[in-house]
Amino acid sequence: MSTPVKAPKPGPQAAKTQPARPKAPKPGPPHSTPAIAPVLTGAQAVVKALEELEVEAVFGIPGGAILPAYDPLLDSAKVRHVLVRHEQGAGHAAAGYALATGKVGVCMATSGPGATNLVTPLADAHMDSVPIVAITGQVASTAIGTDAFQEADIQGITMPITKHSYLIRDAAEIPRVFAEAFHVAATGRPGPVLIDIPKDILTAQTPFVWPPRMDLPGYRPTTQPHGKQIREAAALIAEAKRPVLYVGGGVVKAGAHAELLELAELTGAPVITTLMARGAFPDSHAQHLGMPGMHGTVPAVHALQKSDLLVALGARFDDRVTGKLDTFAPEAKVVHVDIDPAEIGKNREADVPIVGDCKAALAAMVEAYVDPGPERLKAWWEILDDLRERYPLGWTDIDDGLAAPQYVIQRLGALADPDTIWTTGVGQHQMWASQFIDYEQPGTFLNSGGLGTMGFAVPAAMGAKLGQMHRPVWAIDGDGCFQMTNQELATCAVEGIPIKVAVINNGNLGMVRQWQTLFYDKRYSNTDLSTHHTDESPRVPDFVKLAEALGCVGLRCDTEAEVDEVIKQANAIDDRPVVVDFTVGPDAMVWPMVPAGVSNDEILYARDVRPTFEHEGAV
Amino acid sequence: MSTHTLSVLVENKPGVLARIAALFSRRGFNIDSLAVGETEHPGVSRITIVVDVEAGSLEQVTKQLNKLIHVLKIVELEADASVQRELLLVKVRAEAATRGQVVAAANLFKARSVDVTPDTVTFEVTGNSDKIESFLEVLEPFGIKELVQSGTVALGRGAKSMASLSRYVSPS
Repeated sequence: MSTPVKAPKPGPQAAKTQPARPKAPKPGPPHSTPAIAPVLTGAQAVVKALEELEVEAVFGIPGGAILPAYDPLLDSAKVRHVLVRHEQGAGHAAAGYALATGKVGVCMATSGPGATNLVTPLADAHMDSVPIVAITGQVASTAIGTDAFQEADIQGITMPITKHSYLIRDAAEIPRVFAEAFHVAATGRPGPVLIDIPKDILTAQTPFVWPPRMDLPGYRPTTQPHGKQIREAAALIAEAKRPVLYVGGGVVKAGAHAELLELAELTGAPVITTLMARGAFPDSHAQHLGMPGMHGTVPAVHALQKSDLLVALGARFDDRVTGKLDTFAPEAKVVHVDIDPAEIGKNREADVPIVGDCKAALAAMVEAYVDPGPERLKAWWEILDDLRERYPLGWTDIDDGLAAPQYVIQRLGALADPDTIWTTGVGQHQMWASQFIDYEQPGTFLNSGGLGTMGFAVPAAMGAKLGQMHRPVWAIDGDGCFQMTNQELATCAVEGIPIKVAVINNGNLGMVRQWQTLFYDKRYSNTDLSTHHTDESPRVPDFVKLAEALGCVGLRCDTEAEVDEVIKQANAIDDRPVVVDFTVGPDAMVWPMVPAGVSNDEILYARDVRPTFEHEGAV
Repeated sequence: MSTHTLSVLVENKPGVLARIAALFSRRGFNIDSLAVGETEHPGVSRITIVVDVEAGSLEQVTKQLNKLIHVLKIVELEADASVQRELLLVKVRAEAATRGQVVAAANLFKARSVDVTPDTVTFEVTGNSDKIESFLEVLEPFGIKELVQSGTVALGRGAKSMASLSRYVSPS
């Protein structure tokens, strides 16, 4: 038997360093036409522009309208095209690549259904501020608006879920549009940009001028924070008795983890990292309280509620963090740092608004901060330490003969190389992966936070691995999520992208089932996926056989006793993708939990267990 | 809720109006009136939007508008510091017996008759929305057969212009 495994092309250099804010392509000098600009087809201009922008990988699928672009792509020595099995996979792979490398990820699809299959990953990247560029073919200019074969108004469809979009009307625009698209995607608050190119533009002839002059008069992101506000913020931190640094994904995007560590240690304030910011501050650090929100830790949730000063850094007061908004952190003043002015004051009024890049803002706050002495936070830490001691993250084993999912995930983390990049789908396994794996570096936990896209894990892992070939990449997935995008394992096998996938197989749409258990009287409507073996039926599908069919190694783990052994076996394989089917019990639940729509004060440590806050009224 | 008039300078690019209208709708804001036209700079259009929102929401919608790449500048024009005008064309029943009264009413509002038939007169009138509304109330008893209204257009009072556009406009 020979699995067709292509030798992986050498990955990008780099990479111990963490992703910094993506560098924008340098805007060209004022337009000067070289003596003789080469005349290219639109398609050649697209590939040449990608080369000039130092794109090393494009994830995509060819089809009618984009076909001309695929011809010169065959000859490009610099741009590697990864032929995915579904365009959604291309989009999430571009996001995974972008998140793991800090560069712009690129995906490509044909018109109509190819383009509409990119809608989910574009929406996902928009919510989580991931810099990707999507290139789509379009029917010929003359056919636009006629309901032509495979025509879809993808620019119109994606308008609310892209940072910007282009429909190219003249082949001569190609260099400028590509330079602008990459610049817009990577700078300010990063996000997805779409470039739609009609087929006749791809076949037209055009002089290719590089570097082009960008024409973006209305795009001027503010990156340098205002000095007066920084000083006000620093003064508030020094005065506060119960400050909290509420850290969001913006800190990771800005590459501001070192500055964050400095400010945290300088001020002695507790640090909370949201789902998008896991790893921005080391989990092992004594000042780290964990994740806030619906499944956050008791100390993190309580610290926010009782705080007198929230320093929100690249975070957006999402409803999954705040719970019922008008009862969130009622006594806290708010310092809000964000590169997107529209986030400031959107959900929670800011006392000190700071528009700017988190790296610049944190560095300036470090500079401006004058420490009033270590004693002032003593009482605050006593409360928080007491909560940490009484309410650590954990779980109660369920006597069902199967491994606890939390245990499996904890062991995956414990046995992994410290440089491992983790991706997840969405649901219980995602929350457990956030809770029970320790993240020490930014950019090591990639998941779909804002949109909550099931099926993110496998394609995102593929993109992350391609960008960081020397690092292990584990996708932690659920049996529901895995069945949405596992076809990309064929891509991984054929293209030589050896990711590892842990299917936390509880036989159910676990998070939905958890809500049915808690809020729908255990009426399990349409959550059983039949991926467990029972007396009546075999596993459908059998993930081990499925993995083998997709060119991967398939492993199974049915009991807690085998967990370590199977993980070690999977960790030892690095020449092809591995899928481990961890059969786990269906009844495990994610705790702590703030039920939807209620105040964070109603947090439950476990079912029917409300934490006691004995110090209430203290400090 | 209160009415606010926003004057928005945008790059004159395909789809820019769709982007702005879609943004209002998806963020849950209602547009009362909208008027678009070119400015003294060929590459720049001015969109005048009248919107009915609370002050906090107005700030949010302005910030969201500013994120659109083609939006160059946004200013809120306060009613007392700006000139605001709408254009109304209205076709009124005016038979021989009532024609004199109809024309007299129109004269009070400085309306011009622009089309006359044996049974109707069509008037053109400009003014702020209060004036337009009063005019229509006066005409109502005679019988309004048809009417069309433009969106509000507005300019700030005083010598200053909304923005020096030179920074936005290519030298070419």
